[in-house]
Amino acid sequence: MEQTILTNPAPVSQRMGHFLKQNLREYGMLISLVAIMVFFQIMTDGTLLQPLNLTNLVLQNSYIIIMALGMLLVIVAGYIDLSVGSVCGFIGALAAVLMVTYEWHFIPATLVCLLVGGAIGAAQGWFVAYFKIPSFIVTLAGMLVFKGLALALLHGQSVGPFPDTFQKLSSGFIPDWFDGGELRLTSLLLGVLVALTMVVMAWRTRSNQKLHGMEVEPMALFAARNSVFAVLLVALSWLLASYKGLPNVLIIMFALMVAYDFITSRTTIGRRIYALGGNEKAARLSGVRTERLAFYTFVNMGVLAALAGLVFAARLNTATPKAGLGFELDVIAACFIGGASASGGVGKVMGAVIGAFVMGVMNNGMSILGVGIDYQQVIKGLVLLAAVSVDVYNKNK
Amino acid sequence: MEPILEMRGISKSFHGVNALADVNLTVRPGEIHAVVGENGAGKSTLMKVLSGVYPYPEYSGEIRFMGQERRFKGIAESEAQGIIIIHQELALVPLLSIAENIFLGNEPARYGVIDWALAHRRTRELLEKVGLKESPATLVTDLGIGKQQLVEIAKALSKEVKLLILDEPTASLNESDSDALLQLLRGLKAQGIACILISHKLNEISKVADAITVLRDGSTITTLDCKDGPVSEDLIIKAMVGREMADRYPPRTPKVGDTVFELRDWRVFHPVHTDREVVRGLNLSVKRGEIVGIAGLMGAGRTELAMSVFGRSYGRRIAGTALMNGQPVDVSTVSKAVDHGIAYVTEDRKSLGLVLADTIARNTTLSHLDGVSQHGVIDEGREFAVANDFRGKLATRCAGVHQQVVNLSGGNQQKVVLAKWLFANPTLLILDEPTRGIDVGAKYEIYSLVARLAEEGRSILMISSEMPELLGMCDRIYVMNQGAIVAEFPAAEATQEKIMWAIVKASQ
Repeated sequence: MEQTILTNPAPVSQRMGHFLKQNLREYGMLISLVAIMVFFQIMTDGTLLQPLNLTNLVLQNSYIIIMALGMLLVIVAGYIDLSVGSVCGFIGALAAVLMVTYEWHFIPATLVCLLVGGAIGAAQGWFVAYFKIPSFIVTLAGMLVFKGLALALLHGQSVGPFPDTFQKLSSGFIPDWFDGGELRLTSLLLGVLVALTMVVMAWRTRSNQKLHGMEVEPMALFAARNSVFAVLLVALSWLLASYKGLPNVLIIMFALMVAYDFITSRTTIGRRIYALGGNEKAARLSGVRTERLAFYTFVNMGVLAALAGLVFAARLNTATPKAGLGFELDVIAACFIGGASASGGVGKVMGAVIGAFVMGVMNNGMSILGVGIDYQQVIKGLVLLAAVSVDVYNKNK
Repeated sequence: MEPILEMRGISKSFHGVNALADVNLTVRPGEIHAVVGENGAGKSTLMKVLSGVYPYPEYSGEIRFMGQERRFKGIAESEAQGIIIIHQELALVPLLSIAENIFLGNEPARYGVIDWALAHRRTRELLEKVGLKESPATLVTDLGIGKQQLVEIAKALSKEVKLLILDEPTASLNESDSDALLQLLRGLKAQGIACILISHKLNEISKVADAITVLRDGSTITTLDCKDGPVSEDLIIKAMVGREMADRYPPRTPKVGDTVFELRDWRVFHPVHTDREVVRGLNLSVKRGEIVGIAGLMGAGRTELAMSVFGRSYGRRIAGTALMNGQPVDVSTVSKAVDHGIAYVTEDRKSLGLVLADTIARNTTLSHLDGVSQHGVIDEGREFAVANDFRGKLATRCAGVHQQVVNLSGGNQQKVVLAKWLFANPTLLILDEPTRGIDVGAKYEIYSLVARLAEEGRSILMISSEMPELLGMCDRIYVMNQGAIVAEFPAAEATQEKIMWAIVKASQ
């Protein structure tokens, strides 16, 4: 068959259709995001993509996306984590106590916070993986526990402000080394560089696939997809560069996105997580250490929730007892909108990121339009239901 | 006599591919009618058309049942007419009682309040009919698979069945349970209930069937009448595969070497009832290039033995020594067992063997990801090449190695499981019911593969409930009963009678 694919290719149009159908999900998600952005761009008379608003959009969604990366792994492994919002708030509170009350330097404080996040994940993961308690229950308990602990740490009051250096985590921008006047050249160049790297990497992957006789994305689609990506990236960095440049948190977020996409799609650990969620027994009988893997998935989630908590606290410049409230819902929704399956084994990092952006753009766009918080919730709920319904419909067809 | 069921010119296609083309099937009243064919021949599709899973006009052709033309729109309609289908995967709720299961969706109730006394009384009557001595209050999960099958039939009887369709009813039953089931079918026949029996076990079919319809590639090949004496299995097989099948087992000349694997005083206790010994001080050995069979009834502890050796995947308080090439080895986790060259091909490929939603390629490499990765990074190209290589070697029929395994037929799924374990390059390959639910053609391919592996010098330990298979393939056969080895025969001396005799004697 290898030979038949190579020597006897189907007509190009047919292959293209076949490929589109197979990857409908990914293309569909991307197209929906673009459509939503265009819609709000028009409805808000161009406010959505103004540099200032775009910067805000990134900052507002950074902590959701950071947590969505971890949540995707948890969901793919066949579990759920309801505690991330509370953990996020608790870590913010811890950071405030360490840095404001005890006046620690921000580096040790940040490290301690990340470690505590990992420990929280480990504790919950232990109950789930080794004690076999359903993750829904363990993390529901965790949600209550850490919400309460955050309150206790802060004595019910807001604590702030944070030291300037720590605030830079969220409100800082990468420095500009060139004197570009209005335009932050470093930021723009960085954007172009990243876009180029991505195209080159994609090309190399495609060549390697071709080398082994694998069915590859048709050239036209490959070119279209990558040029759209590259143009979007460059455009984004150009827009941001015309304001204050790339936010620090965007760099962190982007690095994490790339790392987690790589882990899930290319490494043995990622592959084993998919197998664990797809069929735990079969995975175990294939030599996958399912318990340990589940455990570390939760540890990872804890660390990312802690990081998100730090980013959020730095952005607000104060820790409040209400921080993190309901974040878990946005995070989980992002994963499901992005195509993850509630029964495990299915889902992609980029899907979850796009899902988070869909939610984020809608939040932002509706706020600009003056839609009340009440109807915002209704619309977001319906979008989640619609996205998953389309998924299920496509699968059954 | 007018037939109870007449299906004429049935055609059905999926996305332009013909699954059934002009199929005819005629069942006379009170007849056991066997439908046979290789996997993918269209048996299940035909039954789905009959029971209304594919409603008219999704198919074309005519169905006449009890003298009238019927166009069922769903299972509810066909059941109302007395056509009841029992699927291979039983549709019972494990944590409900027998009575609750039998009357599920059909409860004897007034104003929604169930009359449990009546339900239990009627359940007892039904259980008596099918010869099952269990209390109606027993939970289904506590029953063996054979008894669950009987509960399904009792459930069908509760619905005034006129035509009973059984899809591979004996696939997971041992010989004595199978016999009991076939006996029951004869009893139903005496009460005038017609029966369509789909099965791969030709010896059973020739025992009970009154007529046999053979399907191949979605068409009716022939209908054989058994009234004038039994039809030979060779004739059926010839019709099924469309070619002469001279030998059902590949020829081979065993090249047996030194002892490779050995178990000494192996003991395993039940995981829940920890005082029950499931494997009791067992010794066995397998030599290089040897195919060793383990015969026994269901519940003899064969699967439990294999899984306990394979990384303690079953049981508690496991004791004893496992030796590889004379050296004691640690097989306490699956990865350690794999590292020592042991592979276990499960009897339950769907729930224990495969990640069904994943592709062929990803399933193939799962047990040996190190073989396609470097520093934990998978080389997808290499993975593709490996999967394609096995696809060629094992003649797996699929659209490509990026196809999801859930869409493959049983035989091809089994080949993917085998590929997975062959990629791990085992010294000892434990095969647990390797041909269960697989058609004749695919069986032969799997036998040939096993023979080839033995020739390469691998050791094979084969667990099977089909004695002809063990006799046809093995160099040596252990007989296991109640957690112990009760007899051992070289292949030349073994017969089905001797094996059964050993089991019976040990049970006494």
